Amino acid sequence: MRIDVMKTYKLFINGSFPRSESGRVYEILDAKGKFLANPCNGSRKDLRESVVAARAAHSGWSSATAFNRGQILYRVAEIMQGRIDQFVAELVAQEGLTPAAAKIQVQSAIDTWVWYAGWCDKIDSISGSTNPVSGPFYNFSIPESLGVVAIFADSKPSLLNLVSALAPVIATGNTAILIASQKYPLCAITLAECLATSDVPAGVVNILTGKLDQFVTWVGSHMEIDGVDATGLGSKDLAEVKELGSENLKRIYVFNDSKSTKRMSNFMEIKTVWHPIGI
Amino acid sequence: MNSTLLADKSEASLKRFLNTLSPVDQVGATARVEALATRSIKTESKNWAIDLAIRMVDLTTLEGADTPMKVRALCAKGVYPDPTDLTVPSVGAICVYNDMVKIARTALDAGGGKNIPVAAVATAFPSGRASIEVKIQDTKDAITNGASEIDMVIDRGAFLSGKLGLVFDQIALIKELCGDKAHLKVILETGELVTLDNVRKASYLAMLAGADFIKTSTGKVAPAATAPVVYVMLEAVRDFYKMTGTRIGVKPAGGIRNTKDAIKQLVLVNEVAGPEWLDPALFRIGASALLNDLLMQRMKMRDGYYASPNYVTLD
Repeated sequence: MRIDVMKTYKLFINGSFPRSESGRVYEILDAKGKFLANPCNGSRKDLRESVVAARAAHSGWSSATAFNRGQILYRVAEIMQGRIDQFVAELVAQEGLTPAAAKIQVQSAIDTWVWYAGWCDKIDSISGSTNPVSGPFYNFSIPESLGVVAIFADSKPSLLNLVSALAPVIATGNTAILIASQKYPLCAITLAECLATSDVPAGVVNILTGKLDQFVTWVGSHMEIDGVDATGLGSKDLAEVKELGSENLKRIYVFNDSKSTKRMSNFMEIKTVWHPIGI
Repeated sequence: MNSTLLADKSEASLKRFLNTLSPVDQVGATARVEALATRSIKTESKNWAIDLAIRMVDLTTLEGADTPMKVRALCAKGVYPDPTDLTVPSVGAICVYNDMVKIARTALDAGGGKNIPVAAVATAFPSGRASIEVKIQDTKDAITNGASEIDMVIDRGAFLSGKLGLVFDQIALIKELCGDKAHLKVILETGELVTLDNVRKASYLAMLAGADFIKTSTGKVAPAATAPVVYVMLEAVRDFYKMTGTRIGVKPAGGIRNTKDAIKQLVLVNEVAGPEWLDPALFRIGASALLNDLLMQRMKMRDGYYASPNYVTLD
């Protein structure tokens, strides 16, 4: 008889897959209440390492051309396509879906990557503008990426929510720290494996698993995180992130649709440029 | 020159002495620094270490693009590293090129930093490739303009080709010029010395010739202040103290960019040379980016959450 080789679910920080610095793990159960896996219980230091990695990756990723970012996002979709079965198996175990329903979710997640890949070189045109001014100047409003964005993705449907939150954030040149759903983290780590093999530079996406309430405090108070997608937080946690985040004016948003340009433009800053006409 | 260890001033007696030094166990040195690097320094000890490290920083700008305004800004930062928190101590010294010494001295005096020394890099820094006349003039110039610390480079070419007497004489000459007006730091440029044995030899050579400090590197050559190199130099000053009763300082420079690295250096100092060296008079860290990280870590210890570089100056 052969013993199955079980996967160790690890974190994804700066392009590599470390265990939590704390050495801690926590237990998750499948939809039927049986033991499923021991993902890492990420610590404050893991978050700090992620922020350092995300900040370091930001200048390169945000200055890559929009076309290049679009190609890379599309590449993620290509790589996920080859892993459909693995995602389906995890969704069936975690969420208790039927294989057919799980497959539909994976396919929509892949399509979401493609949708945002297409937006990479177009979002500037619709969120930026040429403004009329009374003087011999051109005046442009140019959107730029915000910086490091932390994401609390909503738990169900777990994979689709992850992708719907992550793709728009990195499409515009931000780097991201994704806090996986506490209850359904397996897809997040498998997604990390796709990202690691699809030309996404190290540090652009960092994925942490662990207890949600602790991450709320750490993310909210970290001065180097510029924005938070708080869609996955309950009202109490959301209030805490907002209160702590006011210290450095974090952009904190909650979204209720999976595909929208708001998800991109909210995590952008507008830079105004004046240029004399005729020069 | 230290007469108790050398028979006379000749190259032969210098070489005879340096040949008595035992070779460095490279594997052992690396293993020892790795073991010491795992020490965990937390809470009060960390607070203490951060403040000590700030006091030990030789805040440095050695760029071709340096301007008087940049030097003045650096001096202001040296006096009050964090203007919003006056409990932050001032740095150990401001380290600049020769022509910026006067500007730095004036800025420090005017900005409340009368007791902060200005260190000047001299003797054709960073390569050391100039005639001895030029090196002498370079040093005199710096001292006249108000430098109270001279960071000189050794002639690595001469050292590596065995002309130890030449290297020795140049250090002794510059030391004579410094007299009691300036401290002499001798830069070994360990990145170009190839082996730890050479580092040990060069350390003793510099100390015998009259260095007040031995410094790892110019910061222009990689690798710079690696832990094994600092380890060997700390051993050298410890043993030199045992032989002569004189404490020589050590200054790692280059490559120490964050608080963790700085604290690792302090652990090395304490464990290898001894706690007497945990003093800005005997240990300095040549750095520019390090200070911001120390300040951010200090904010983190004070406020309880991770700071952002947006709250420290862009240098």
